[in-house]
Amino acid sequence: MIRLSGVGKTYDDGTVAVRELDLDVRRGELVCLVGPSGCGKSTTLKMINRLIEPTSGRIEIDGQDITGEDPVRLRRNIGYVIQEVGLFPHQKILANVMTVPLLHGESKATARERALELLELVGLDPARYADRYPHQLSGGQQQRVGVARALAARPPVLLMDEPFGAVDPLVRLRLQDEFLRLQAELGVTVVFVTHDIDEAVRLGDRVAVFAAGGRLAQYDTPARLLGRPADDFVADFVGSTTGLRRLQVIPLDPAHLEPLDGVSVGDLGAAIDIDTTLGEALTVLLRDDRGMVAVKRDAQFVGVLTPNGVHRALRAALAEMATVS
Amino acid sequence: MLGDVFSYLTDGSNWSGSTGIGTFMVQQLLLTVTALLIAMVLGLPLALYLGHRHHGGTLAVNVTNVGRAVPVFAVLLVLALGPVGSEQFGPYGRAGLATLIALVLFALPPIITNAYVGVVEVDPGAVEAARGMGMNGAKVFSSVELPLAMPVVMTGVRVALVQVWATATIAALVAGPGLGRIITRGFANHRTYEVVAGAVLVALGALVLEATMALVQRYADPMRRARVSVTRSSPTAVGGPR
Repeated sequence: MIRLSGVGKTYDDGTVAVRELDLDVRRGELVCLVGPSGCGKSTTLKMINRLIEPTSGRIEIDGQDITGEDPVRLRRNIGYVIQEVGLFPHQKILANVMTVPLLHGESKATARERALELLELVGLDPARYADRYPHQLSGGQQQRVGVARALAARPPVLLMDEPFGAVDPLVRLRLQDEFLRLQAELGVTVVFVTHDIDEAVRLGDRVAVFAAGGRLAQYDTPARLLGRPADDFVADFVGSTTGLRRLQVIPLDPAHLEPLDGVSVGDLGAAIDIDTTLGEALTVLLRDDRGMVAVKRDAQFVGVLTPNGVHRALRAALAEMATVS
Repeated sequence: MLGDVFSYLTDGSNWSGSTGIGTFMVQQLLLTVTALLIAMVLGLPLALYLGHRHHGGTLAVNVTNVGRAVPVFAVLLVLALGPVGSEQFGPYGRAGLATLIALVLFALPPIITNAYVGVVEVDPGAVEAARGMGMNGAKVFSSVELPLAMPVVMTGVRVALVQVWATATIAALVAGPGLGRIITRGFANHRTYEVVAGAVLVALGALVLEATMALVQRYADPMRRARVSVTRSSPTAVGGPR
């Protein structure tokens, strides 16, 4: 869907922001670019919609080289969300979300309908919020509007530059969850810049770790990134709490559960769903201070997870990576 | 004394005639408005464009500010005695052209400074978002930068208007038109109450213009509705649907 080949950005003063970057993003994929500040991840993102012009290489979207295209037209088909949100303070929420459809030449009625639909989709009741002004909304709500505005013209590609960086951690978790749901529902291809490795492994189908000077240090699934860092830089960047982070990206597996037989109800804490990650399961286990937690699929119990099961799952995940590589 | 001023101002015969208060007031207003419009036509497009480009504005601001450092009276004298001369200039009277040029130079600094700064200081996030979603430069300017810069731009115009009005009084020093003539006439004839009456008229005019502009500015501000809707809804801004 998006393919960068040999893309570089060198400024007039000789500073190299990005060097010879190759990166491909599949259709419908959510790719996170992560790295320390000054590593060129934002520059890379902005070269895709040409807010920054690359000095070398090719960028293709859908097989078409975009470096020769009219940047204004190009941007209308690429959603763009930034940390500062950048809502227009003099326009109501509805008008803000209508912006891109109107730029596309849609009628006011169509744009309006589309905007209302999008507000609903990002969880803001149009009846309540459409006629408000941006400053009357909380930071989290403003960023929902930012996402709605970026998606209003149904762009196939969405670029996000630390979109949840300015909201408090609890709101950020909720926005992340909702965004994952939204992305799955719309099937939009997303490139997502963050400096937060937790956010990257939580959201990304694949994660690209950038080192200083725009070098791509590793491009891999979250599980492999945490389990098999490519070099010392990546190992260092993903940090010493890698083991705990890895829990967040390993799904529960019925094979690691123990049977429910002979367990009295009193030994069980809360029940969790089979779709949750190992990390969430362990959190519940620790919170309830029990030796095990019940796991169910829909309304049916499928077994119990014990600390031993957690350990087995971790080892299995590592072994699986070893065979793949 | 104050009684003399009051009776001078309320005596209808002082207001009429070619050297009456009425004529001078119209002349002064004409001078002020003309100088302001010329300064806006010259200064606004340049300053707004430089603000949009985020480039070269500091130079423009500094150059026009030189105008602030040179006394208007000096400029006026040099112009009137020099190349421009002090001939009758249409409805602007004697030395009208010299006066207009001096006043335009005087009006430029606040207009240019505020227009440039107003656009440059528009929230960069809003501008980046606008560009990122596919607005071209002209559209970013007309839909985002100009509306958001409007209050600051208008403040510059307002400051210029009031300053020019007050300063237009000095045209009388080269025997030009305007309310200054009442003051110089009072001095020449040792009629202090006439001097004070002229000063009072200039001051009152400045206040009226200031108030008018404040009103215009309120209605020209695109953020006005946004702010009004805050005051109206702030108690329930978080609460129930509206």
